[in-house]
Amino acid sequence: MKIAIVREARQNERRVAGTPDTVSRLITKLGFSVTVESGAGLGAGITDEAYAAAGAQVVSSKAEAWSGADIVLKVNQPELAEVELLRPGSTLMSFIWPAKNPELLELLRAKNVTTLAMDMVPRISRAQKLDALSSMANIAGYRAVIEAAGCFGRFFTGQMTAAGKVPPAKVLVIGAGVAGLAAIGAASSLGAIVRSFDTRPAVKDQVKSMGAEFLEISIEEDGTGVGGYAKEMSPAFIAAEMALFKEQAREVDIIITTALIPGRPAPKLILKEAIDVMKPGSVIVDLAAEAGGNSDLTVPGQSIVTENGVTIIGYTDLPSRMAPTSSQLYGMNLVHFLSDLGGATKWNVNLEDEVIRGALVTHEGAITWPPPPAQHPVEVKKTDAGPALPVGPTPEEKAKAAARRSTLALLAGAVALLGLGAVAPPAFVAHLTVFVLACFVGFQVVWNVTAALHTPLMSVTNAISGIIIIGGMLQVSGPLESPVTILAAIAILFATINIAGGFLVTQRMLKMFSK
Amino acid sequence: MPATITTIAYLLSGILFILSLGGLSRQETARRGNTYGMLGMAIAILVTALSPEVTGYGVLAVVIGIGAVIGAILAARVEMTSMPELVAILHSFVGLAAVLVGYASYLDPNNALTGAEHTIHEVEVFVGVFIGAVTFTGSVVAFGKLRGMIGSKALALPGRNLWNIGMILVSAYFGYEFVGQPDHGGLLSLGIMTAIASIFGVLMVMAIGGADMPVVVSMLNSYSGWAASAAGFMLSNDLLIITGALVGSSGAILSYIMCAAMNRSFFNVIFGSFGQTAKAGPAAAGEQREATSVTIPEAVQLLREASSIIIVPGYGMAVAQAQYPLYEIVKTLREKGTEVRFAIHPVAGRLPGHMNVLLAEAKVPYDIVLEMEEINHDFPETDLVLVIGANDIVNPAALEDPSSPIYGMPVLECWKAKQTIVMKRSMGSGYAGIDNPLFYKENNSMLFGDAKKVVDAILAELKSGAAHAA
Repeated sequence: MKIAIVREARQNERRVAGTPDTVSRLITKLGFSVTVESGAGLGAGITDEAYAAAGAQVVSSKAEAWSGADIVLKVNQPELAEVELLRPGSTLMSFIWPAKNPELLELLRAKNVTTLAMDMVPRISRAQKLDALSSMANIAGYRAVIEAAGCFGRFFTGQMTAAGKVPPAKVLVIGAGVAGLAAIGAASSLGAIVRSFDTRPAVKDQVKSMGAEFLEISIEEDGTGVGGYAKEMSPAFIAAEMALFKEQAREVDIIITTALIPGRPAPKLILKEAIDVMKPGSVIVDLAAEAGGNSDLTVPGQSIVTENGVTIIGYTDLPSRMAPTSSQLYGMNLVHFLSDLGGATKWNVNLEDEVIRGALVTHEGAITWPPPPAQHPVEVKKTDAGPALPVGPTPEEKAKAAARRSTLALLAGAVALLGLGAVAPPAFVAHLTVFVLACFVGFQVVWNVTAALHTPLMSVTNAISGIIIIGGMLQVSGPLESPVTILAAIAILFATINIAGGFLVTQRMLKMFSK
Repeated sequence: MPATITTIAYLLSGILFILSLGGLSRQETARRGNTYGMLGMAIAILVTALSPEVTGYGVLAVVIGIGAVIGAILAARVEMTSMPELVAILHSFVGLAAVLVGYASYLDPNNALTGAEHTIHEVEVFVGVFIGAVTFTGSVVAFGKLRGMIGSKALALPGRNLWNIGMILVSAYFGYEFVGQPDHGGLLSLGIMTAIASIFGVLMVMAIGGADMPVVVSMLNSYSGWAASAAGFMLSNDLLIITGALVGSSGAILSYIMCAAMNRSFFNVIFGSFGQTAKAGPAAAGEQREATSVTIPEAVQLLREASSIIIVPGYGMAVAQAQYPLYEIVKTLREKGTEVRFAIHPVAGRLPGHMNVLLAEAKVPYDIVLEMEEINHDFPETDLVLVIGANDIVNPAALEDPSSPIYGMPVLECWKAKQTIVMKRSMGSGYAGIDNPLFYKENNSMLFGDAKKVVDAILAELKSGAAHAA
């Protein structure tokens, strides 16, 4: 089967749907043959020669690349005119944004193209390795911090220098999804003080584990929507949110916003009145610019400076600015997806597979988007979704049962001892007393031995059980030929080996423990 | 020497033994504890030697002299990796001594007990010899298994539990025969019982798989204590009783700890069997799971980049003698400022606390060697975990898969760290014969090869890189 990696038509797009590394994987691991349109990788710094060295065939004709392929791999959705170049019955894999491009969908359907939309891959843990939205968001989040730092006038980290003190930057990240967490991580490692807000309480632990403070408002409302996204909140909540953001805007230097709601325009979170109270020199990076932006003054695709000196960065191509990395990761997403589809030898667009079905938007002359709802509840976090474990006793029940058992055991023991006391001679009972007490003492003492010293414990108890030597010593004084003496002598011999060996080996081991 | 002085001296010995065990609660006080033990033993022997009953000084001197020399040589020469065998064989000596003392006590013409006391004495002799014989032969077999002279697979005789019960009942019968026989007539019964008990000991330990050896050795440690106590009863000697009780409880506690660490009951370990040995675990059907592997330079890079590392050693590391170069690696990393610690699972090694001793031998400071409970919750904050020669103790199936034979066993949760590297010879399965999902996790990489060779190579690479680093 032939794959074609084509040039991106969109202006300023520097990414490409494959790198020499991913190309060689497609060829050697999955059995495809790969064609690359000449110049496709130039934006990412990859030459035609590099692709050729990885085993691809480089063609200069766009038509040849598109039409000659069974599978076309792309980053952005094709231009309407480019759809013409696709061979009927072939497959297209790229970002599609079906909700916004109904015309494109219709054209693809009419051309009998099987279209797999990389932006429609279900957000479940099994599909993480082919989730291009996550891989690109991760890059965007990081890059947002770099762009902010690039036009911010101070260090991110605080410093005490001989010439004076520089305070650390305060960064607010709104939305703690993949992009938000990446931004938190990057800002933290640059040394800033980072705080974050999200309407979904479940992300609090993730935020804190990245070293940021999780901001909360007093209204209890769970913003967790379907598919791990947030949903629209009630007016009261929104009012409280706006108040929080305005207060934060007064204080922080950098705001990075990442709030998106699927299928709707991005919510406006940083209103003009909040921007007005920000300090001059502050920076807002709006990762939702393409969907309209989270701030009132965002200009998508540009970086502007407001009247009061606040820079608002509305770039829509952050992943593209890191094209070498984003091309590699996007290329790997495609490799994983193609592997799940069976590779060249076992190619199967399996409609039973939830991931494939979710991403399939046109197939065999029909529009297959949106997909039927998923059968199982979508996981937001990876925990707890295991097989139903056999319901065992709870810890409290176990503790109670144990307490009951030991009380019974104590009672039984007491009764047995009393019974013994009724019939046994006094000497025996005296010994029994000693024995039982010694057992209790031994128990208490040995529980305190540290686990690291259990081996020396065994050798020292070996040594002291050589005390049986005194049993032998008391029997060894008869005539030499008597069996008693002989037996006793042998007993003493073995007991002495234990004593000498045990204590000396213990000493040797204990000497080895040093701090 | 008046009897009262002897009694007080015995009391002092007993106290010193208790302090000896108490000293083992921390490494700082442990060596002093050992000295107390030696002192207590010396007092006991001296005072007994000076007591009126003891006159055979010639014999005594010779025999003690020989024993001391043999013991000293053993102690000086034994390899730390062979500690389990040494401990096992020493247990057998205690068992043997108890049997001999029992016979001697029975045959002793100076015994002038009558009536109930005489009966009780005979019962004590019987019980003492029984425990002693079981301990003796059981420990010898344990020694053989640990040494590799006897196969480590569990010997599963059909109807094993019936045989065990049968042997105990028959022994009890002979006990009944034995007691009350005038004039040492019960010697034959005693002899037969000794034979039966010996066979019982052999079969009991043969039936236990090599993986459960830590429990067996602890159990035999316990029995050797009870045998000494029984001897104390039969000789009316309180010091023997006390010491035997101390040792017996010690072994019992260790057995309990080992069993809890494997999440199996003691009965299950000794009298059950571990879900049929070698019935290969459920290698998942069809799912072609791939474990990624790394090369030595890549592993070294990960080591260099990590700021916190935990090393999980298993017995395989000790067998390959990799702990010495491993410690050199640890030292190099610590000098760089990396936090390095060891995580020890209770059943790592063939003996409780064995891994600690092996690491101490390699001069690893004991404050970076931590037990499972102390370190298990630190894995999520750790950058890198190195698993060397360990398998079942880091198997997530124990927590996640109810159908797994090791389900419920507490394990080291190393997969929660950011990255793990597992060093193994090959993808073969561990002792328990089950697959380990850890190998296939996203954040795991395998590093194949002989443990010592791999560790040596890592050390070389690490040191050469350090020379280049700015």
